[in-house]
Amino acid sequence: MIKGIPASKGIGIGKALVYKEAEDSNKFAGRKVTETEIENEISRFKAAHEATGKKLDETKIKASKVLEEKDLQLFEAYKMVLNDPILNDMVLANIKTQLLCVEASVLEAVGKIKAMFLAINNEYMKQRAEDVENVGNYILDALLGRERIDLSHLEEDTILIAKDLTPADTVGLDKKHIKGFAIEKGGETSHTAIVARTLEIPAVVGCGENIMNISSGDSLILDGETGIVIINPKATEFEEYSAKFLKHSTEAEEIKQLRDKSAETRDGIRVELVGNIAKPEEASSVLEKGGEGIGLFRTEFLYLDRSQLPTEEEQFQEYKKVAESMGGLPCIIRTMDIGGDKQMKSLHMPAEENPFLGYRAIRICLNEIEIFKTQLRAILRASVYGKLKIMFPMISGIEELREAKKILGEVKAELNEKNIPFDQSLKIGIMIEIPSAAMIADLLAKEVDFFSIGTNDLCQYTLAVDRMNEKVSYLYNPLHLGVLRLIRNIIEAGHQAGIKVGMCGEMAANIENAVILLGLGLDEFSMVPSSIPYVKRAIRNITFEKAKQIAENVMKMENTKQINDYVKERLYAD
Amino acid sequence: MLTKSFEITCPVGLHARPASILVSVAQGFKSSILIKYQDKEVPANSLIGVMTLGAETGQSVEVTISGEDEEKAMERLEAFFEKELKDL
Repeated sequence: MIKGIPASKGIGIGKALVYKEAEDSNKFAGRKVTETEIENEISRFKAAHEATGKKLDETKIKASKVLEEKDLQLFEAYKMVLNDPILNDMVLANIKTQLLCVEASVLEAVGKIKAMFLAINNEYMKQRAEDVENVGNYILDALLGRERIDLSHLEEDTILIAKDLTPADTVGLDKKHIKGFAIEKGGETSHTAIVARTLEIPAVVGCGENIMNISSGDSLILDGETGIVIINPKATEFEEYSAKFLKHSTEAEEIKQLRDKSAETRDGIRVELVGNIAKPEEASSVLEKGGEGIGLFRTEFLYLDRSQLPTEEEQFQEYKKVAESMGGLPCIIRTMDIGGDKQMKSLHMPAEENPFLGYRAIRICLNEIEIFKTQLRAILRASVYGKLKIMFPMISGIEELREAKKILGEVKAELNEKNIPFDQSLKIGIMIEIPSAAMIADLLAKEVDFFSIGTNDLCQYTLAVDRMNEKVSYLYNPLHLGVLRLIRNIIEAGHQAGIKVGMCGEMAANIENAVILLGLGLDEFSMVPSSIPYVKRAIRNITFEKAKQIAENVMKMENTKQINDYVKERLYAD
Repeated sequence: MLTKSFEITCPVGLHARPASILVSVAQGFKSSILIKYQDKEVPANSLIGVMTLGAETGQSVEVTISGEDEEKAMERLEAFFEKELKDL
């Protein structure tokens, strides 16, 4: 058994194929030439350099069919290294002044540059050292006329064993027959690891030299979750992993199939299952996981870690990106929620004694009206590219909400005057995350189009618990009856006024909690995209009637442990 | 020949993205552009060179430019170091 670094999940069972480089270039190390051969060596280097550039371009074109844009950037990095003046000057100097042959000159230069990167002790630089080595290998391939083993036609159930794999090796990879990778070198962010995760093939990297002692044809089991490679497994091991394999593949299959299904209970009650995102690029993962929209788009990324405020145009571009990538599905944009634990350099905010009870979110917006208006204008302008909604955070009372709406009205009037188009029927909602707002939800409901319950803050304010404080964090608990009653009050008040009530806190992502919330009548569940399939499965497996009954009983219980035990029993016992 | 010192203002230091942007800026000029950090000096058109300088945020580097378009190049690099770099 060999233990490496787990790089891509899943169980691989199959036969080993050991992939070795055709000719070891190390034998050229230090080999000298005579002065009369210098010219010839230089022109060999130039030819090999050019051939490598072409090869990289070709490989990139082939790879563009299999890999995503961000993985393709690797080829750009390789080309930058190939054309780098330091590398080229070093190789030429080795030939001219050290009288080394080209191969030896390349090896020497690559070794030296790798050492320069490794001298800066961090993971990123280690990966760059690998890039340089890979580029060196490409040049040596061209010099030696080395062809790599063709991986585009493999035998059934192949597990590939190699020292290291480069994009050139993996580009035409026979995806149908490959069942796993076990690689001597590399870390979690190495090329093989990235490819394996993209293709969803199990992989273990950083296995060490012993992995190369495996012979082609050996029977192998590879566990991409624990990083274990078993060589010629015993019958018991084989059985154990076959069962794991089956479980893993049925679950993955089931989740894939859930993607296009709605979040509907067995008795036909449909709710909305949507995702929380913090950057426009994350919108695609919401769709991949089967989300039907975005329930919370946090806009803080535009304000944090920078010394200047974001311009209207910059914000507009980001909101437009999200609107377009959701293709007509709703996206709730929350106006900036700075303050609390998120500070903004451009505002020079003084330190506060109680930042969570201080100057944050809508409170800043109502004071720094220009900042607020800039954001609202950007959102409104982007609203013609999809279905956007606006949500105000940290509303504690009715005056604040009216003030925010008044400012929004001013921005709308201004846009209308200038004939700048926006969605005139754009929906407005608020986060309910302060207990006072929860208590007057009936009044607030008359003023907005939707509510979204923010359980993280609602919990901490209701229970007076800082969950970052280890001494008291045990008190933080969304199933505290005090919190549950507030949630019920918010949902009922919303429904009485005829508006939808959602939740965008972590509570909605937990299956047992989600069932209680379903029973309480929650309309929309918003969560990290990766949780969507699991909550969807739970909703599809229960009837609304049963969820309602569970919720009713839960509301009569006194403590959390009792609630937890009861919900688990009702969910999993029968 | 023109010489000027600049402070590294981007939080990650002169690595990764900031380094590759600097290199592509430098590659746009005919003049020779050198960057010195502590006792190391490298050509600014070399990614390997710029990244292995290991210049961290808050430190300063010295830029030396010589060639026919040295003034334009310095103007461009001033904009890079004094304005653009902060947000990278």
